Amino acid sequence: MQVDRLPQGGRIDRSRPLSFTFNGRQLSGFEGDTLASALLANGVHLTARSFKYHRPRGIVGSGPEEPSTLVELEGEDASANQPATTVRLRDGLSARSVNCWPSPGFDLGGINQLFARFLPAGFYYKTFKWPNWHLYEPSIRKAAGLAGAPAEPPAEGHFESRFAHADLLIAGAGPAGLMAALVAGRAGLRVMLADEGIEAGGSLLSRKLTIGGQEAMTWVSETVTELAAMPNVTHLQNATVWAYREHNYLMVNERAPENPGLLERNWRVRARHVITATGAIERSLVFGNNDRPGVMLAGAAQTYANRFAVRPGKRAVVVTNNNSAYSAAADLRAAGVEIAAIIDIRRDVPDAARALVPDTEILSAHVLTTALGHRHVRAVEIAPIGGDATRRISCDLLAHSGGWNPAVHLFSQSRGTLRYDETLASFLPDQPAQNTICAGGAAGALTLAEALRSGAKAGARVAGVQAPECPDADDLPYAIEPLWRVETARGKAFLDIQNDVSVDDVHLALREGYDNVEHVKRYTTGGMGIDQGKTGNINIIGTVALKQGLRLDEVGTTTFRAPYTPVSFGAIGGIRGESVVLPYRHTPITEWNLAQGAFMYEAGARWRRPGYFPRPGESFQDTVNRECRAVREGVGVYDGSPLGTFELKGRDAGRFLDHLYTNVMSTLKPGRCRYGLMLTDDGLILDDGVALRLDEHRWIVSTSTGHADVVNSHMEELLQTQFPDWNVFITTVTSQWNNATICGPKAREVMAALEGDIDLSPETLPFMSFAEGTVARLPARVVRVSFTGELSFEVNVAPRHMRALWDAIMEAGAPFGIGPIGSEANHMLRVEKGFLSLGHEVDGTVDPHDLGMGWVMSKKKPDYLGKRSVALRRAGDAVRRELVGVRPTDPNRQIPEGAPLTPGGERKPTEGLVTACVWSVVLNRWVGLALLERGASRHGETVHVRLTDGTIPAEVTAPIFYDPHGGRLKS
Amino acid sequence: MLLIPCPFCGPRNESEFAFGGPVKPGRPDPNATSNADWVAYLTQVPNPLGPVQERWWHVRGCGTWLTIWRDTRTHNIVEGPADAG
Repeated sequence: MQVDRLPQGGRIDRSRPLSFTFNGRQLSGFEGDTLASALLANGVHLTARSFKYHRPRGIVGSGPEEPSTLVELEGEDASANQPATTVRLRDGLSARSVNCWPSPGFDLGGINQLFARFLPAGFYYKTFKWPNWHLYEPSIRKAAGLAGAPAEPPAEGHFESRFAHADLLIAGAGPAGLMAALVAGRAGLRVMLADEGIEAGGSLLSRKLTIGGQEAMTWVSETVTELAAMPNVTHLQNATVWAYREHNYLMVNERAPENPGLLERNWRVRARHVITATGAIERSLVFGNNDRPGVMLAGAAQTYANRFAVRPGKRAVVVTNNNSAYSAAADLRAAGVEIAAIIDIRRDVPDAARALVPDTEILSAHVLTTALGHRHVRAVEIAPIGGDATRRISCDLLAHSGGWNPAVHLFSQSRGTLRYDETLASFLPDQPAQNTICAGGAAGALTLAEALRSGAKAGARVAGVQAPECPDADDLPYAIEPLWRVETARGKAFLDIQNDVSVDDVHLALREGYDNVEHVKRYTTGGMGIDQGKTGNINIIGTVALKQGLRLDEVGTTTFRAPYTPVSFGAIGGIRGESVVLPYRHTPITEWNLAQGAFMYEAGARWRRPGYFPRPGESFQDTVNRECRAVREGVGVYDGSPLGTFELKGRDAGRFLDHLYTNVMSTLKPGRCRYGLMLTDDGLILDDGVALRLDEHRWIVSTSTGHADVVNSHMEELLQTQFPDWNVFITTVTSQWNNATICGPKAREVMAALEGDIDLSPETLPFMSFAEGTVARLPARVVRVSFTGELSFEVNVAPRHMRALWDAIMEAGAPFGIGPIGSEANHMLRVEKGFLSLGHEVDGTVDPHDLGMGWVMSKKKPDYLGKRSVALRRAGDAVRRELVGVRPTDPNRQIPEGAPLTPGGERKPTEGLVTACVWSVVLNRWVGLALLERGASRHGETVHVRLTDGTIPAEVTAPIFYDPHGGRLKS
Repeated sequence: MLLIPCPFCGPRNESEFAFGGPVKPGRPDPNATSNADWVAYLTQVPNPLGPVQERWWHVRGCGTWLTIWRDTRTHNIVEGPADAG
């Protein structure tokens, strides 16, 4: 039963009833309701329990400022910690209160209220510090915690991100924002107007004002219609501008965009100009028990009456320090709420304000000391300022207003400075840091006429046009006398309702020396809730100022940070599935690999490569051993296309490569290739690879798969910043060349069986040379390099020919038993040979000497990258980890890759680690590579791998287990 | 997200660039510099409170390495890259 729903009025659609569930109770509301307005319509006032003391709480606000009632949504739109005031009601919605068990009416945690005296600010930090806080944190978090995150992503729908550009982004579609949009839109600017509310109008939705002699909402709807007809204006509702970053880059979170499959959209907007017309937020008064259900901001009570046709109480006391609450009182009275009295702290109440509420008792120069009632306010005690309570007035609604804070959040996020304004008793925007203009309430224009004018002026300034005349508007002037807290308050007086921070907590923090406002915030957690202290922070600043005898601007504000209101992770992430932002890279053989049942690995740089090709009945190890044996005894083939490949052209290419590689490249003859290492200038290995000289001024450089981009960046940076006058051009050709590498003792026979015109004899095409011609009647470059230790022919062709080449190899190789080999077998084969792998042996700490590759460091060249640093390091006597082979004493014992080596296997600092360990099909045992302190001089020693469950002894050997003289790969 | 002026492509989002770090003093001749100066060159990266000269690589654009002065307090780009034509 919507017992407190008014029979007419409001911006709800009574023809569209909605049913919903709250804490298991079936209730109903109407289209246009928020969860909060529907709860109030149903007479539900006890809606929450507080964070720390589990005090009963109700609904305080009517928008994103809500400090009190957070709910967890269940079912298909599961999400945690939503302010009930921003949850749009829909049919079937299911919500429950957070932070209470089993229900807000009967909450076992409520016992904390009895111990409130013992739970001051910093209580947990002081008490649970031995042995450390992290031991206690989980259970304390659970007791104090808010709702948990949903366990599953939304079952249906998705989130997306979208980029946009605008001449002008306007945050807020209240009177100022609409007026600015109208002026700028008419002037032809590309305008984006975003507003957090379900419908446009801002404060006008809550009030009964007129513009140009007609209802304000008529003006709103005419303006929205005119904007909708402008192709240069994008108008978003239910879209919060939540972050204002550098270079006028803003984030807009659009909820429920008009697309059924889309949950939320996050706009990333780069705007030339920004107008923040974000309005003002009403602040709380700080008196005793100012958190009881039934205590509500006056503006919120007015909103419920006017916008949602809800009567938030039967008999109200209104407390204020400014004029705005008088219009709230008038509207409440019009909605049938009896106004028991208006308590005004000001001595002089303006006649214009009094005129709004004729025949109402107005007690000026009075304060409210405490609210009585536990589960609902039932009376208030009032007192003359500075005096004792003199009177008690019964009520079930306490509507209070401590004044209005311009919503300077976005302006402040943009690094604009703030100043304290004595007249408005609030912080106002001062100097902008970017192209930002504040308009309307956000700029301190707190009456309707002022807001319209300031919006028009801001829009005109951006558009470079004359500001138009604004229509007349009726509104009371805003006149405030600040009151940061009632000094004679009785009972807990909350500054931050959400985090249960009271005046006493702030005083305690000050006593304990936390006297900077940022420290007060962190020590008390005031302003650190989901609402970010929108209604209460100013009172914390005021309380600090009063206690320390400072002005508010001397205390200053805490930093306003994004997000303005909570944003779901989904919206921030957008569509970040692998297929959209980071697609995998494939070679023309991927389909074939998948058809063969290959198990695919991610191979770095987003490449996917076959890891191994299992056959029915084989174990993993069986498969790898079979593939390795094929290469060692017969022939295998792998797709080497992902290797990074660059073509370098120009007169200075040789000179450049000499600088880049440790060894001399410029002496290489065309038709030959050379292996080399690239170091960074600090003498560590960046990459290894092979350079091919095509002709005098053309080279091909290959890099490891995962480092191609790094090497590209490195080369380009050197050329563009250090050697801009060198004649070298780099073209990335990784995707312009694919290759099939045929390897094994029978590789030459397979090559011969492929129709081609290249002389493959070792005399004409020796190891580390290449030839161009045809293979399988396809134009190809055949390179004799080997990463497996066997005779290898790397057949490079254009990608469009790759599949034909592959098929031809499979056909020609079939009589020799050819098969594809995956990266597991490649790994095993290279470990047997002691070949390096980036990321295993080369881990960013080793230099070539550590790897036994001192020979690759040219002594002839006076300078190259890394030379000086390696020499400098070698000149010291620091112990280095050096590459060795390891053979587990038990040949059948595998060593986990990465396992540490410690002296004697004891619990001592490590002396190295095992970088790789594979089953050698040649030796029929496990063999590994390791980096070991002074390893090069320790061959023959026994070292120990230390694991959590024991040690593995292993013999140190040279880091090569197969064909040490390379006869096979040179054959 | 910064808006970085590329001399070829105009102002572009930071996400198109890779950060190249602050510009260090020129690389000294490794054969004519003391150990201490060499180590300083390798390890000391300018980190001022205020304008810093730094490099960005327009990797998802034209491939240019460009140099700007950025104020670390405000993100303002106080001096753009020299015009590349």
